[in-house]
Amino acid sequence: MLGRLRDTIRNGLRKTRESLRERIGTILPAGSGGREVDAAMLDELEEALVLADLGAELAMELRDGLEEKVLGKKVSGPDELARMLEEELLALLPPPFPEVRPESGPRVTLLVGVNGSGKTTTTGKLAARWAREGKKVVVAAADTFRAAAVEQLVVWGERAGARVIRARHGADPAAVAFDAAKAAAASGADELLVDTAGRLHNKKPLMDELAKISRSVSKTIPGAPHDTLLVLDGTTGRNAILQAREFARVTPVTGLVLTKLDGTARGGVAIAIGRELGLPVRYVGMGEGEGDLLDFDAREYVRGLLEPAGGAA
Amino acid sequence: MFDSLTERLSGVLDRLRSGGRITEKDLDRALREIRLALLEADVSFKVVRQFLATVREKALGEEVLKSLTPGQAVVRIVRDELVQLLGGDGATRPLAVASRPPSVYMLVGLQGSGKTTTAGKLGRWLKARGRHPLIAPVDLARPAAVLQAIQVAKTAGVAAYEHDGTGTPVERAREAVRHARERGFDVVLLDTAGRLHVDDALMDELEQLVAAVEPVEVLYVADAMTGQDAVTSAGAFRERVPLTGVILTKLDGDARGGAALSVAAVTGVPVRFAGVGEKVDAIEPFDPSRMAGRILGMGDVLGLIEKAEEAFDREEAERLEKAVRRRQFTLEDFRTTLRQLRKMGPLEQVLGMIPGVKLPEDAEVDTRQIARMEAIINSMTAEERRNHRILNGSRRKRIARGSGTSVQEVNRLLKQFLDMQKMMKKLGGAPGKNRLRRLLGR
Ligand SMILES: Nc1nc2c(ncn2[C@@H]2O[C@H](COP(=O)(O)OP(=O)(O)OP(=O)(O)O)[C@@H](O)[C@H]2O)c(=O)[nH]1
Ligand SMILES: Nc1nc2c(ncn2[C@@H]2O[C@H](COP(=O)(O)OP(=O)(O)OP(=O)(O)O)[C@@H](O)[C@H]2O)c(=O)[nH]1
Ligand SMILES: [Mg+2]
Ligand SMILES: [Mg+2]
Repeated sequence: MLGRLRDTIRNGLRKTRESLRERIGTILPAGSGGREVDAAMLDELEEALVLADLGAELAMELRDGLEEKVLGKKVSGPDELARMLEEELLALLPPPFPEVRPESGPRVTLLVGVNGSGKTTTTGKLAARWAREGKKVVVAAADTFRAAAVEQLVVWGERAGARVIRARHGADPAAVAFDAAKAAAASGADELLVDTAGRLHNKKPLMDELAKISRSVSKTIPGAPHDTLLVLDGTTGRNAILQAREFARVTPVTGLVLTKLDGTARGGVAIAIGRELGLPVRYVGMGEGEGDLLDFDAREYVRGLLEPAGGAA
Repeated sequence: MFDSLTERLSGVLDRLRSGGRITEKDLDRALREIRLALLEADVSFKVVRQFLATVREKALGEEVLKSLTPGQAVVRIVRDELVQLLGGDGATRPLAVASRPPSVYMLVGLQGSGKTTTAGKLGRWLKARGRHPLIAPVDLARPAAVLQAIQVAKTAGVAAYEHDGTGTPVERAREAVRHARERGFDVVLLDTAGRLHVDDALMDELEQLVAAVEPVEVLYVADAMTGQDAVTSAGAFRERVPLTGVILTKLDGDARGGAALSVAAVTGVPVRFAGVGEKVDAIEPFDPSRMAGRILGMGDVLGLIEKAEEAFDREEAERLEKAVRRRQFTLEDFRTTLRQLRKMGPLEQVLGMIPGVKLPEDAEVDTRQIARMEAIINSMTAEERRNHRILNGSRRKRIARGSGTSVQEVNRLLKQFLDMQKMMKKLGGAPGKNRLRRLLGR
């Protein structure tokens, strides 16, 4: 997953920072027969974690945990310490929720998140992916607020070959979702994707509206939404934790989508979210094209966290 | 909830003050707290390091160590440095005017940061100030991006250069400028496509756009919620195009907004405007000192008070401020607050200025609701308003009847009042009179 990312960076950004391993390597020359772990080495790791947006507190905690294990002990090479940390990080990632497939009728996926995080694009990518797998996909344009949001989704619907249920600008989004659920059920669709308007989690009326949208699909399709994906901009810092908390409070969030990881951001805040709220990352956005949505690969992700934020050229 | 820097520093430094002199080691402990606060606000790791080195030097130079109030002295240095980095006076510099019209203002930035929306806001802003702006969409990549810009322009009451989205961005930009010149528009707001700083082809395109239309302002539109990546991305934009300013969006959220500092530090240009909502009028000139308070977690108490003063009665606002400081916040004051809030516009926005404050869960952000709350307080006697403790069951029943509400609603109002009172006590509760103002440098 991040192999492509590394290539992009290599071609692009000028080197601004040595890779973590290189740096550990200078403190700890490979084949030197090992060296005692010291504070400087741990500092490096901590810094990498902060730069990846894990947050200073979590970074310090991980550092302390590692320190207890290795301080004063010898490690065999530059990779060993990083590998130990990788394992610690992996252990922090919660497992995905079991997939819910309704016995009959469409499976409903609701996409939620703050403004501009990538909901509509992710909706389009998922529609394209599922349509490619031969599923019948219906998409609900439940963002009736933002300028040209519906038209944006309609373009995606055309690309994917999915039917888009839409209403006029300013219509009640819960009604659009309700109608779409009815249409999806009636037409024997396999998947219904509901794209919602971006909203900041500290705006109560908008969050109430979202809860209503979520409830409205369950009226036609019991158990819906089967999945609620919180779409997080991968470049977001600490605020993503507050976002996750609030969105999970008003809708039954089952997983995260981390977008824009084709840049230099690492999306490390998902570790903190996973730990606090048990929400797993499900997909990763790696570009603006149809095919740029990847299944989350925990190991790749964790390795990416320890790569330099400024490019490893 | 109020783990603001001030409190953290009080913990470290006020203790020291009582002991008389403080040592360099004490100062470093305080700086560590500041480091954590800044990192928690998403200020870039590197920027934090440089920043603290500067603060340390200044603190030593200004003999903070001998000061009677070392905590406040340090906070003041931190704050002043922050304000300086955030653009100081430069932030209020008016947008440049080209010697030969139209003046081209180009909006650039990462995907989804808010460029198109900001184009509409700026257009409206400029028009209200007597300019004749034209919004020119040159994002030919994102689905329906041109249409979005046209619709945004329409909502903003600003003209747009309409086209069908074919051609190249450079061609379209040139045409738009020509069109503006012919029709007498004096500003062209160029809405460019979002792009990643690592996308070489698109970054080249940006350079070509600059060469083609020679903008007098190249404004980097950045999302206030951005984390550590802010320096990397903004730095890369700066290397490619001559940025003249930053616009920080989505400040109506509850992000601390440390990205403002990161971006300002790495680009070396001031933050000029703040986006505070999705609507076309939700833009403000950037206020560095307000932002400094926000980043430090000190909230924007001053901003709140100022807004109250602006919108409403100055005397009442002062009384309110005094009540906060006296730590005696009565139902009377609560009513004043409600009244002012009602006139101040979007409530979420106003309350969002207070650190860590969220409306109590059952509170509706609705002016009608506020009116009902006021009605309840109006039905109380003056004595009840001064001393809520005497509000027993029968009094509450009477008030409910008098205000046409229910006892439940009266109870809820009292709970809200108590929450607010608690909060106000915290705000005013820091030792030392005028502390808030002094902390915020007024
Ligand atoms: N590079 C990159 N860009 C992305 C990715 N996902 C989305 N984008 C871009 O981010 C911008 C915003 O995406 P949208 O899908 O419109 O976001 P949204 O959450 O629907 O936005 P609102 O509905 O306005 O809240 C667009 O320019 C997308 O092309 C990604 O994974 N990588
Ligand atoms: N709450 C809030 N939302 C904002 C603000 N500015 C922009 N938005 C929203 O953020 C989302 C993205 O805004 P756009 O203007 O489409 O962003 P953009 O930079 O043009 O996006 P691309 O062209 O895809 O790169 C939309 O949902 C906007 O309504 C702001 O200040 N506050
Ligand atoms: Mg959308
Ligand atoms: Mg745009």
